[in-house]
Amino acid sequence: MREEIIVSGRMNPNIDPYLNIWHWQIPLYLFLGGLAAGILFFAALFYLRGKENEYRAAVKIAPMIVPVLLILGLFALFLDLKHKAHFWQLYTVIRLQSPMSWGAWTLMIITPLSFIWAALHIKEVFPKWEWKYQWLKDLETFFQKYKKLIAWLMAIYSVILGVYTGILFSAFNARPLWNTSILGPLFLVSGLSTGAATAILFSKNHEERKTFARIDLLLIAIELFLIVHMFMGFLASTQVQIDAANLFLGGPYTAPFWMLVVAMGLILPAILEALELIKFKIPVYIPAILVLFGGIMMRFILAYAGQMSRWLY
Amino acid sequence: MRYAMAVDTKKCVGCCDCVVACQTENYVPIGFCRDWVVEVTDGTYPTLELELRSERCNHCANSPCVRCCPTGASHYEKGGIVVVTHNKCIGCGACITSCPYDARYSHPDGYVDKCTFCLHRVEKGLKPACVAACPTKCMYFGDLDDSKSPVSVVLKNRKYKTLIPEAGTKPQLYFLI
Repeated sequence: MREEIIVSGRMNPNIDPYLNIWHWQIPLYLFLGGLAAGILFFAALFYLRGKENEYRAAVKIAPMIVPVLLILGLFALFLDLKHKAHFWQLYTVIRLQSPMSWGAWTLMIITPLSFIWAALHIKEVFPKWEWKYQWLKDLETFFQKYKKLIAWLMAIYSVILGVYTGILFSAFNARPLWNTSILGPLFLVSGLSTGAATAILFSKNHEERKTFARIDLLLIAIELFLIVHMFMGFLASTQVQIDAANLFLGGPYTAPFWMLVVAMGLILPAILEALELIKFKIPVYIPAILVLFGGIMMRFILAYAGQMSRWLY
Repeated sequence: MRYAMAVDTKKCVGCCDCVVACQTENYVPIGFCRDWVVEVTDGTYPTLELELRSERCNHCANSPCVRCCPTGASHYEKGGIVVVTHNKCIGCGACITSCPYDARYSHPDGYVDKCTFCLHRVEKGLKPACVAACPTKCMYFGDLDDSKSPVSVVLKNRKYKTLIPEAGTKPQLYFLI
């Protein structure tokens, strides 16, 4: 038997009995960032394939909410900072080794892009919209010329944003649960899946909804595959990662993870979308909302569980 | 130059003088500490083994906290001492999360704080406060590149270990066993 006591009382409630430094702000931001990445990726993809009129919701309507999502996400990040007045220090340096620095700069690029994209389509979504000032009109004509370039940048940076939300966690070797490179692709796929679900929610076109239901089904299958592989990797790894996996395999996060994320957030919407594709009548917003719910729960559960996993010594 | 510290687990009595000395020297706010004492009991009664360790930041040569800091506030000072520049720190918590030793804490003023090996004292040629205060003289501090420094001498003559070297951080806090 081995017992370890901290005699002096490392009296830090944020660290003992386990690390408790990142709260709701971080997983909420990761969800909003992933969702924004998903929506922008599909908008750019279908625009570049010349299908902006067939996929109106994905290319034009859903991107309207992206600036709001990103601003809310950035605000959540700002709330997380404990030395708030110094936040601008993020933009004084580019540190390639730090995922957070990557993320800060990626957001610096993709947030303006999302505003431009929304502005370019706002007249089509809200026909009564009029720019109040001449310079705004000029700006719109200017960006209209470079729309293709903007779409390409959006496609590339949305993938970086989606992967980065996972890399932010996986770069920490001190938290064994997060320390798996699968987290990058897992968060990207989950972000794309929530993006597809949002396109379904906004779409009134049956064909578009069907396409996105198919895309979403594929993404859910990939997500389940990645989750299985993540646990296989953990169980074949060192003791600290086996312990991390056990948080979900009998430990305190077993029920929330397998029920809320896997069953309700992945398998159930997949079944409903599949039934819908083979002509059963199911209100489309049910699987879409379940996917969004699964996405947000996955990030919350991984954020909190990761801070419970640690090295033993 | 490579500053390091060695702590004799056989001599330490767990009095926590090092903790109080540090709190006093560095104006550590009440409720926090930059160093702490761990008591490990190993075995089954009656064959028990006790180990006392005065722990602090390991000033790793491959520091995850320096790597993940988005602003460069966490950086290496002279001799590999890992220090946080307060007015560059944004309080994002990445370094706290990245530390396998949980050696960092969020200071009530917002920035992240941790052991500095008492850099301000070391620069004047003094020992860190914890080393100077230890009543059993169980701590050794100095430059590993100097073969005559107290820490080099004691590491040459004694068996030692570091904490979780498998985390790959190259810790510079040695425990004599």
